[in-house]
Amino acid sequence: MRKHQTLGVYLHAQGVSRRAFLKFCSATASLMALPPSAAAQVAAALAAARRPSVIWLSFQECTGCTESLTRSHAPTLESLIFDAISLDYHHTLQAASGESAEAARIAAMEENEGEYLLVVDGSIPLGNPGYSTIAGMSNLDMLRETAGGAAAIIAVGTCAAFGGIPHASPNPTGAVSVSEIITDKPIVNVSGCPPIPVVITGVLAHFLTFGTLPDLDHLGRPVAFFGQNIHDRCYRRPFYERGQFAHTFDDEGARKGWCLYELGCKGPTTYNACATLKWNEGTSYPIASGHGCLGCSEPDFWDKGSFYTPISAGLWGSRETLIGAAAAGAALGVGSALAARARKKKARAAEEAES
Amino acid sequence: MTLLDFARGPALQWSLIILVFGVLWQLLGTILIGVKKDLSKPRRNTAVRDGLATIATRSLPEHQFEKKIRFQHFSGYAWHVALFIAVLFSAPHILFFESVLGFGWPHLPNGIILVTAAIALAILFALVIRRLSHPVQRLISNADDYISVIVVIVPLVTGMLASAHIGARYETLLAIHFLSVEALFVWFPFGKLMHTALTFPSRFRAGAAFGRRGVKA
Ligand code: SF4
Repeated sequence: MRKHQTLGVYLHAQGVSRRAFLKFCSATASLMALPPSAAAQVAAALAAARRPSVIWLSFQECTGCTESLTRSHAPTLESLIFDAISLDYHHTLQAASGESAEAARIAAMEENEGEYLLVVDGSIPLGNPGYSTIAGMSNLDMLRETAGGAAAIIAVGTCAAFGGIPHASPNPTGAVSVSEIITDKPIVNVSGCPPIPVVITGVLAHFLTFGTLPDLDHLGRPVAFFGQNIHDRCYRRPFYERGQFAHTFDDEGARKGWCLYELGCKGPTTYNACATLKWNEGTSYPIASGHGCLGCSEPDFWDKGSFYTPISAGLWGSRETLIGAAAAGAALGVGSALAARARKKKARAAEEAES
Repeated sequence: MTLLDFARGPALQWSLIILVFGVLWQLLGTILIGVKKDLSKPRRNTAVRDGLATIATRSLPEHQFEKKIRFQHFSGYAWHVALFIAVLFSAPHILFFESVLGFGWPHLPNGIILVTAAIALAILFALVIRRLSHPVQRLISNADDYISVIVVIVPLVTGMLASAHIGARYETLLAIHFLSVEALFVWFPFGKLMHTALTFPSRFRAGAAFGRRGVKA
């Protein structure tokens, strides 16, 4: 796609029919919790949108977020929309390497000063600048430099949004999220390990349509996608209500598709759109595949005890401390009873001596 | 650390430590304090039988007061039974007990637990209203009674809200439920909730002592 070509022209050239495009626009409008009448506005704005420059920085990450977006089973409209942006810098996807890659980043920044979107995946190590560098530049410096001229930042994946797995205790690299470093730019957290591809493109579509970022929740995530928890949308919920649980991964309950709460499902405390949008073009999501939700779109999901501990169970230290408390309580009880007895005996002796 | 992490972690740990420590302290301190030696000749040597019989007889309304105390007595039973069902047979609770005790038991469906908890709550409210409106009961009630009622009512209400997902985000409701139960744990050994542990031993001791003197307890 040429830089000044509109998205509408580009999609048409790719063989996307007007009908399919409108269908995508209505779906995007409804995904973003916009009224049905907004679909036409989305379509008009998207068709006329010129490709925005996007710089994608990857820091301490596993490339799962990029994989999630680019390795879908078949090319989807979302991925075409994603293709339609001018992805001027992305380690994994760009053809250029070495100094020319860095030059592409600098050129995109200069050309689109104040207008480009910055996408970040991965956390930023503050422990030592040398823990993660790109072309000899620390992640911290590169983020600060690139964020400077960005219109907005999309923190893709739980690592960029909340620190993620690198941030897990004992956090050896001193990993932090984007929002802990950049405080003067609008930031959208598209969390998930990895995030759902359509959520990333949904945020891009919103930006292209309205020129603004979508409404965000208290963790900076788009409300349209992270407004409801998995449990409220889970198809296994009736089994939860009836008290029908799988106790192991291969028992009768598991085979019958009963609720995975006892097996540690974090659906009730996890906000994401997996249960509605699903993965691999709406094929499935972890709970539908028989495994409880890990809560991967929530901060510190790696540090909340075992994935297989139910959320109503305690995350407390040890039974030994309780045994210690019991021993101390018993000793105090026996001691105070003996002391009371001794006092009584003494009082009686004094009484007898008086009489 | 989120509120839920705090409630499930350090707050739970410390409240359980205080609960276990306090209960053993109060229980052993009370039981071992001993009673004055009775120097009289025993009328009969059936202390254990008399003690056990008194546990049973005092669990029924005293005949001559039966009419007057019937409501109080049986609503008290209904409240305790409903509370125990809601506490002991809810699936999330059993998973919690399992994490502390190392073993679990079968549970009841969520709907039954919710109805039972609602019944328990209604009975408790009726009993509190009676306590407040009955001149004698009001006179013999002190702050301990009211605090004990509050630390029981709050977990019931928050538990029902959490299980029905009403009023706030689930993790907030769950955290508040945990914290309210932890407040109950901390208060338990030092207030009238200790009747849970002391009712039967005290009935037994009274029955045994009365029996020794040949008096019906
Ligand atoms: S499987 Fe998980 S999300 Fe689904 S109903 Fe059970 S606890 Fe809720």
